[in-house]
Amino acid sequence: MNKPVARGQNNPQLNANGELTHLLSTEGLPREVLTHILDTAASFMEVSERDVKKVPLLRGKSVFNLFFENSTRTRTTFEIAAKRLSADVINLDITRSSTAKGETLLDTVDNLRAMHADMFVVRHATSGAPYLIAEHLARVGRHDIHVVNAGDGRHAHPTQGLLDMYTIRHYKKEFHNLTVAIVGDILHSRVARSDIHALNTLGAGEVRAIGPQTLLPTQMEKMGVRVFHDMEEGLKGCDVVIMLRLQNERMNGTLLPSAREYFRNYGLTPEKLALAKPDAIVMHPGPMNRGVEIDSEVADGNQAVILPQVTFGIAVRMAVMSIVAGN
Amino acid sequence: MASEKISIKNGRLIDPKNGIDDLIDLHLADGRVAAIGKAPDSFSGARVIDATGKIVCPGLVDLAARLPGLEDELAAAVAGGVTSLACPPDTRPPLDEPGLVERLVRRAADAGLAHVLPLGALTVGLKGEALAELGSLARAGCIAFSQGGNAPIVDTQVLLRAMQYATTFGYPLHLQPQDKHLARDGVAHDGEVASRLGLPGIPAAAESAAVASALELVRTTGARLHFTRISSAAGITLLQRARDEGLPVTCDIGVHHLHLTDMDIGYFDSAARFNPPLRAQRDREALSAAAASGLAAICSDHTPIDEDGKQLPFGEAEAGATGLELLLPLTLKWAEAEKLPLAKALARITCDPATILGSHAGHLAVGAPADVCIFDPAALWQVSAETLVSQGKNTPFIGCGMQGKVTATLVEGRLVFGG
Repeated sequence: MNKPVARGQNNPQLNANGELTHLLSTEGLPREVLTHILDTAASFMEVSERDVKKVPLLRGKSVFNLFFENSTRTRTTFEIAAKRLSADVINLDITRSSTAKGETLLDTVDNLRAMHADMFVVRHATSGAPYLIAEHLARVGRHDIHVVNAGDGRHAHPTQGLLDMYTIRHYKKEFHNLTVAIVGDILHSRVARSDIHALNTLGAGEVRAIGPQTLLPTQMEKMGVRVFHDMEEGLKGCDVVIMLRLQNERMNGTLLPSAREYFRNYGLTPEKLALAKPDAIVMHPGPMNRGVEIDSEVADGNQAVILPQVTFGIAVRMAVMSIVAGN
Repeated sequence: MASEKISIKNGRLIDPKNGIDDLIDLHLADGRVAAIGKAPDSFSGARVIDATGKIVCPGLVDLAARLPGLEDELAAAVAGGVTSLACPPDTRPPLDEPGLVERLVRRAADAGLAHVLPLGALTVGLKGEALAELGSLARAGCIAFSQGGNAPIVDTQVLLRAMQYATTFGYPLHLQPQDKHLARDGVAHDGEVASRLGLPGIPAAAESAAVASALELVRTTGARLHFTRISSAAGITLLQRARDEGLPVTCDIGVHHLHLTDMDIGYFDSAARFNPPLRAQRDREALSAAAASGLAAICSDHTPIDEDGKQLPFGEAEAGATGLELLLPLTLKWAEAEKLPLAKALARITCDPATILGSHAGHLAVGAPADVCIFDPAALWQVSAETLVSQGKNTPFIGCGMQGKVTATLVEGRLVFGG
């Protein structure tokens, strides 16, 4: 008798030939796949600067934005990316429709499948929801429909992770020898998890996680990071500082006493940033809470690359969508 | 209940309680064991079951099995060799009224398959506030009282009084220890895997804190407390100390927890969602050692769930697995891995749980109930929706090969499965 093979012990993102067919997480993707996405994104950067900002790679394809959780910003960036690839984009705000009537996630997927969807861009509040969809599509034999995870629970936000990698590579060229600090609410952050896996696969010198115990997951060091509770200590010698958003509902309660105390301990001020390398870059997935996790002087300062992140995000999402669709 | 005379011949009889492990015949009459070895004279012409190459053991006794479709699940029980099972009160509605218990007992008797031993609700609606009518429930057939799997008593004063009241009348309690606050919103063991997958965690301390506080109340009340479905090394350590101290406590472990860990969640496999959660390798090893030493019995924690309840993102899926038909092969597999004698392993699913439940079954001395399980220890089979009798096809072992298959089950001397 053998132990069970949990469903999808084989990486469900890759097909039998090792090609990316869904993007669900940065975890478990080979370095070549990540590099290929970043290289492809670089080639799309000039498309956005043309008069006619379109390439015909997804012409005639239907991309469904399935947002079970509101996020106008992320949805818009996916919509722009799909349109620049000439796809037809259908936005479904499901928080207000089907599930409210009791339809299950897979019922919704089956209905849209019947409408000849080619790609689902999925945002869901529960970790793992896009895996369930990808696995369901495989079970019903629809290997031609692709899933892109636009954020699931606390688990992963792989396109954000990849655009962060793109940004780092843009400014720092190489990953080895880099010390990267991720600061703040890592426990609830899908961005942090996606960054950590991608950084480790791409060979970053050291990845640091900085935050109070209440905001760090159990046994974090097993994800390949060095944990710091003291921000000054953790920022010393860093090349890249990634600040995370602190959600409003977590500012006052049992995770933290107050936003004011949080800012004092973990807010990025010019004084604290001075402890990192002089050419360190500051990143943030947005939207920022000025005066909570980041001082305005830093957010608007010349080390911040927060707006370029947004621009790169479009090219990275174009790259991901075109690669999973088979281009 | 009248039944024909049956002789089970040429099998290897293993009766852990009475220290029997021998090629010896078993003779049943009038619902009881009539003789072991040579057939009594009155057995000339009795029906013979040839058990050559098979193991003959007491029918299995399961400390926790949920029976949403009663008749189907009782058929699954006897297909798995289970002849007595305790049914937790977390049914819908919960077993907190004598009428509900009477109906369950009557329907189970009509089915004429495995014996159903109801665990009554300890508090009204399992709300953990007011005591249920324990006396009336006991008269209706409840053999002990419980809060089921998901309704720990949060108010420790209510827990103290429940123990005092139950102890007044000698009723045992079965509690699944989990601190509700520490487990709040959690869906998986709080460890490396949950951290990586971004699943809200249930720390092992949610269990050990609840065990520790319940043990303090046992010390002051002398309540007979059975801790069900222990999942952590820390919980086991506390219970071992309590036993060494002589406290009247017992415990069991769900059979899946002897084999699986949080690593088996893989990429969000909702079949691996359990309550309590599958924990780390270190915990699994401690559970296995506790079952091997006899500190803990083993139960199926049978929880049939339809596909709709499992085809959901991990954190939204229902917890639990079908277990009645896997209890025996998974226990055999565990015994093999631990290099335990068969009789010792079978004790954990026969006489040990029978003692905890106060049942006369679980052994095969002359005069004992003729509840018998006959299985082929060499038979190989594959777990699939088709091979499972239970309506619950939810198991992480789907598609896996099993060794050991029940070929016949007798309850009170009647053949209720196989032949």
